[in-house]
Amino acid sequence: MNFTRKDILDMESLSVEEIEFILNTAESLKEISTRSIKKVPTLRGKTIVLFFYEPSTRTRTSFEVAAKRLSADTVSLSGSTSSMVKGETLFDTAKNLEAMNPDVIVIRHNASGVPHMLAKLVQSSIINAGDGMHAHPTQALLDLMTVKEKKGRLDGLRISIIGDIAHSRVARSNIVGFTKMGSEVILTGPPTMIPKGIERMGAKVTFDPDEAISNADVIMVLRIQKERQETFLFPSEREYARLYGLDRDSLSRAKDDVLIMHPGPLNRGVEISPEVADGPHSVILEQVANGVALRMALLYLVCNRVKE
Amino acid sequence: MPLLIKGGRIIDPETGIDGLKDILIEDGRIVDICDPVQKRGKSGQGNDLKEREVKVIDASGKWVVPGLIDMHTHLREPGHEYKETIRSGCLAAAHGGFTAICCMPNTYPVNDNRSVTDFILKKAKEAGSVRVYPIGAVSCGLSGEALAEYGELKEAGVVAVSDDGRPVMNSRLMRRALEYAKRFGIPVISHCEDLYLSAKGVMNEGFVATRLGLRGIPNAAETVMVARDIAICELTDAPLHIAHVSTAESVDLIRMAKARGVRVTAETAPHYFSLTDEALLDYSTMAKVNPPLRAAKDREAIIEGLADGTIDVIATDHAPHSSIEKDLEFDAAANGIVGLETSLPLGLKLVESGALDISDLVSKMSINPARILSLGHVGLKPDAPADLTIIDPEKRFTVDPNTFRSKSRNTPFQGWNLKGKAVLTMVEGNIVFKDESCRIY
Repeated sequence: MNFTRKDILDMESLSVEEIEFILNTAESLKEISTRSIKKVPTLRGKTIVLFFYEPSTRTRTSFEVAAKRLSADTVSLSGSTSSMVKGETLFDTAKNLEAMNPDVIVIRHNASGVPHMLAKLVQSSIINAGDGMHAHPTQALLDLMTVKEKKGRLDGLRISIIGDIAHSRVARSNIVGFTKMGSEVILTGPPTMIPKGIERMGAKVTFDPDEAISNADVIMVLRIQKERQETFLFPSEREYARLYGLDRDSLSRAKDDVLIMHPGPLNRGVEISPEVADGPHSVILEQVANGVALRMALLYLVCNRVKE
Repeated sequence: MPLLIKGGRIIDPETGIDGLKDILIEDGRIVDICDPVQKRGKSGQGNDLKEREVKVIDASGKWVVPGLIDMHTHLREPGHEYKETIRSGCLAAAHGGFTAICCMPNTYPVNDNRSVTDFILKKAKEAGSVRVYPIGAVSCGLSGEALAEYGELKEAGVVAVSDDGRPVMNSRLMRRALEYAKRFGIPVISHCEDLYLSAKGVMNEGFVATRLGLRGIPNAAETVMVARDIAICELTDAPLHIAHVSTAESVDLIRMAKARGVRVTAETAPHYFSLTDEALLDYSTMAKVNPPLRAAKDREAIIEGLADGTIDVIATDHAPHSSIEKDLEFDAAANGIVGLETSLPLGLKLVESGALDISDLVSKMSINPARILSLGHVGLKPDAPADLTIIDPEKRFTVDPNTFRSKSRNTPFQGWNLKGKAVLTMVEGNIVFKDESCRIY
């Protein structure tokens, strides 16, 4: 197919065909990271700005490694090192970056919708590296890639997501991505963390974690943020771990070939116990490895897109 | 020179007139409302006029209604003159067909004392356009901590008190405000929002918010406060006016309260009967407003509430903001929509759809606000000041914020094709706005 997309903003806007094409491209680029010389000249002379307004280790490093393995030049900016601390607005910052003519701006921001707004404003490609509670399409794509690799298919699978769905951009993008590819997505967590109308995005909701665990081909565990206690979403980490934490005991009721995934960073002993995180079902580090290949694929595709 | 508004359809629910009549105006007052003056007039009036020089406004094909009154306007002066001044706000009001506006006290400084009220009235007089009625603060500095001096504010000219923009979270303060204001015959206008429930929400809670990943404000944030205020209104038997009703549940509560005889009145704004939260699907900050745009069922309930009289008033909640506050991340952008120059045509859409008849619309945009705020003369009557609006019901136009007289452009209605518009606005016999299509000879 001809890849024509300028921006990667969310999973809603990608077609099934585009998702398959991205996953196949990522699969073919994966081998580069296993070479002793991990660099190809594909994006030599391209400039990629990594604008991470919100802190990130995994995603930022992953994009940077991906860009460097394709020989692109990268510039990193964070909220605290940009002029935004001097009071410059986001859109002024973006227009100034634009004036330096980068090919791609990878953006993470704590406010939902920022990548969409930027995409309307600038000529460079925008890749959403996570915006507020809205979307994290590169995470969803690397999760799709990991599941497809392990299970050989995406259709007909049952994906259970456990945790704070309300505040999770990972959950939203995975709901859209997996249902689009033919999987069934089941959500569970404390009722305080299940947002209104989420079923209309294509997922099923259960308040019984065992039900979500026992039927699943894939269990995706979301990070629980301590700060949420202040807004009365859950009483304590102890109670959360007891009712929703994935440990050896709750996992014993799961399918034998279940995959355990987590977008990171882990709260060991809260949403996931160490023996599960490090156990045989866990593909958490494969997710990270695939993240590099997937982001290489996206950078390559938007930089070499066919202009309509 | 006397002025004759000739050939228009006079619509005044106050006097029950709906028909072709002429209006004779002299010295800023209505002298007579009479059957059309014939060329060889048989009526005494007509013959009299023939003898004298008269300026004639040709209103044929137009509607002539009592001057529209907006009881919920934010003028940004003093303090934020780059968004709106008293003068620009008055010009916008006149352009939109309003002859009077009531400005909310959340300026900088807050209108919680006579010097600010005096300043507003002085500036309004200098502007020489529409009438401006200031609304004073419920609490000093809108802080929700101590009552403002309503006695002095009333003497200075305020017509109501409100902490609009902020809810009165302290129920005891709300009780005392209603009790204390009662003596001065001024209503308390309540911005109903439970801040604990709205939390840091930026739009309506529901599917759209969930999909966009934006924090939601549940209907209950408004509804619980409407219920509380109705209870306090019953306790105090003082006039309460609920500002910008946005939820179906609020409409139900107000309907039931009115049936019990509670002294509650209510308003909604055009955006609540024209739009739903789907207007935010592309993160448009132009549609970010508080209370937020709600679901389709709420929109329908608001229209129903307008139709059955539960909601007495259509007010603009004109809230000017510049690009400095609006061209931001959605979470950071300011709440507010400008309304003075789009309110009447959006209201006329309800008439077009059959939800309201035109006299209902005139009641909600002129008669009822005048009554609720005791503004004096109501409707078109001999000897009343000649405050009136001439509407061309057939005039089609596309909303273009660049044509606004307001200093601000924050409207979600840009590009909407609307029908019906004010073509002449008159305050005390003075023409404060006239469209070029309106002929005077």
